[in-house]
Amino acid sequence: MAQEHAHSSAVERLLNCEVPLRAQYIRVSFREITRISNHSLASTTHAMDVGASTPSLWAFEEREKLLEFHERVPGARMHASFIRPGGVAQDLPLGLCRDIDSSTQQFASRIDESEEMSTGNRIWKQRLVDIGTVTAQQAKDWGFSGVMLRGPGVCWDSRRAAPYDVHDQSDPDVPVGTRGDRYDRYCIRIEEMRQSVRIIVQCPNQMPSGMIKADDRKLCPPSRCRMKLSMESLIHHFEPYTEGFSVPAPSTYTAVEAPKGEFGVFLVSNGSNRPYRRKIRAPGSAHSQGLDSMSKHHMPADVVTIIGTQDIVSGEVDR
Amino acid sequence: MYIAVPAEILGIILPLLLGVAFLVLAERKVMAFVQRRKGPDVVGSFGLLQPLADGLKLILKEPISPSSANFFLFRMAPVATFMLSLVAWAVVPFDYGMVLSDLNIGLLYLFAISSLGVYGIIIAGWSSNSKYAFLGALRSAAQMVSYEVSIGLILITVLICVGSCNLSEIVMAQKQIWFGIPLFPVLVMFFISCLAETNRAPFDLPEAEAELVAGYNVEYSSMGSALSFLGEYANMILMSGSCTSLSSGGWSPILDLPISKKIPGSIRFSIKVILFSFLYIWVRAAFPRYRYDQSMGSGRKVFLPLSLARVVPVSGVSVTFQWLP
Repeated sequence: MAQEHAHSSAVERLLNCEVPLRAQYIRVSFREITRISNHSLASTTHAMDVGASTPSLWAFEEREKLLEFHERVPGARMHASFIRPGGVAQDLPLGLCRDIDSSTQQFASRIDESEEMSTGNRIWKQRLVDIGTVTAQQAKDWGFSGVMLRGPGVCWDSRRAAPYDVHDQSDPDVPVGTRGDRYDRYCIRIEEMRQSVRIIVQCPNQMPSGMIKADDRKLCPPSRCRMKLSMESLIHHFEPYTEGFSVPAPSTYTAVEAPKGEFGVFLVSNGSNRPYRRKIRAPGSAHSQGLDSMSKHHMPADVVTIIGTQDIVSGEVDR
Repeated sequence: MYIAVPAEILGIILPLLLGVAFLVLAERKVMAFVQRRKGPDVVGSFGLLQPLADGLKLILKEPISPSSANFFLFRMAPVATFMLSLVAWAVVPFDYGMVLSDLNIGLLYLFAISSLGVYGIIIAGWSSNSKYAFLGALRSAAQMVSYEVSIGLILITVLICVGSCNLSEIVMAQKQIWFGIPLFPVLVMFFISCLAETNRAPFDLPEAEAELVAGYNVEYSSMGSALSFLGEYANMILMSGSCTSLSSGGWSPILDLPISKKIPGSIRFSIKVILFSFLYIWVRAAFPRYRYDQSMGSGRKVFLPLSLARVVPVSGVSVTFQWLP
């Protein structure tokens, strides 16, 4: 959902469109759910590469609960096209906020359990401390972002540096490492999960009631029951779904703090309904470049785990 | 006598083979329950027929042998591994007088058999004529040999307390108190060295999937890999058995209660062996893996000095207070 958010933000920026407050809160809470889901996958599959098979399965149970929330709102677990230009696709169903709240209450203890298995474990520390070290200058040179950049101590979080949506309302702490090795990055991911839980707990409380899509009917189609009742609504439904909407001319680069790093969309429009160019800056392709320099002077067994700590998805690297 | 001895041998080997088969199932189930899932439970009720299904599958599979492998050694290596892990059970006492061969050098025999086990692994890896298998075998062998040194020193510690290598004597010397209680750090070190000896987690880098695919038995299929696998698990039970005999009292009861006299000694022994095997599986589920150089480092730089350091005070104290048996 972070990637949907990036693209939608890029389109909204070109259109100069205002997203209603409720939609922003929904976006933020689902972004943070995605962040927890991603970090629990990334750090525990990394743990499985190192050899600890148990945290992975525990985290997958947690992911199941979060994916269920994904499924309840837009209907799909993974590629939910939920965050759309102008707002979100549908409103939250009844009872979802209560369920999210009760899930987050027990989630912090699940993070504690997984941490108990790994963080203080001497074998874990021996495998992770001082391996895959990146200095702050190297991280900036290679174009790292996200956790890879905060590991060496560069405090750059797009949510703080260039806030979008209502991130400035929720005020999370940004964990930053000191040494830039794998252990720091692992601890940062765990801590980010806790901060995400904090944000998720605050969001339903602060969420106002209201519209979930921008008022511009040229941009956001109306609801289906409206569409069946009124002619204008039918046209307003037909137009975006067939022709799309036109986006004014200049270009924009919009980046969001995806869980894996900085996910950016460079959108060039020529005024028509199709983008002239859309370049996606994926965090994994920048991180994977650093693999060679990070694995120097280490053993082959460490290369596998360094790939894990960079949180790479081969799809975004191959582009 | 001509009937008794083969009957005794079968009486050890058959339950042992059953035990190994069900240990494989137990490992999968225990690890599954640790990981919040159920293990195999489709085949029988609770998956109890799973070993049968696995064994049948492996027997019916096509044995593939690499064309450049040394034929005779390639076939014989897993057989050797498996046979050695079975042969070592000749000296393990199950109850008072219930031991196949009451050797006066029983401890030395156990140690020798585990050292010979290294041969099986090296031959398996080398005769496969494959780089990965060879690397895995060398790593495995080097790790086993390093931790065997610390096992040997720990055996010496126990030996000093008993005065005889005869395993039955060692068990009987623990009638008053098990050696695991005053010598608890020794038990811990012995257990960890046994983990490394049998290439089990957290020392299982030679067989880790991510780095080195299945290690020395990567070229084996069907019965070859089945035998290597079974040999590894039989070794695991053997090490659990020696942990119990040497430090947990073998077949002696916990306290000298009349109720524990009702349970036969072999059942008490089996319960303790099962507990140690459970500990093996638990450790595998809980811990990440050591990198190879770290495991060798801890074997040579940590366990060897530590076990040497245990021999000295134990022998010193025994001589000073004249507690030598």
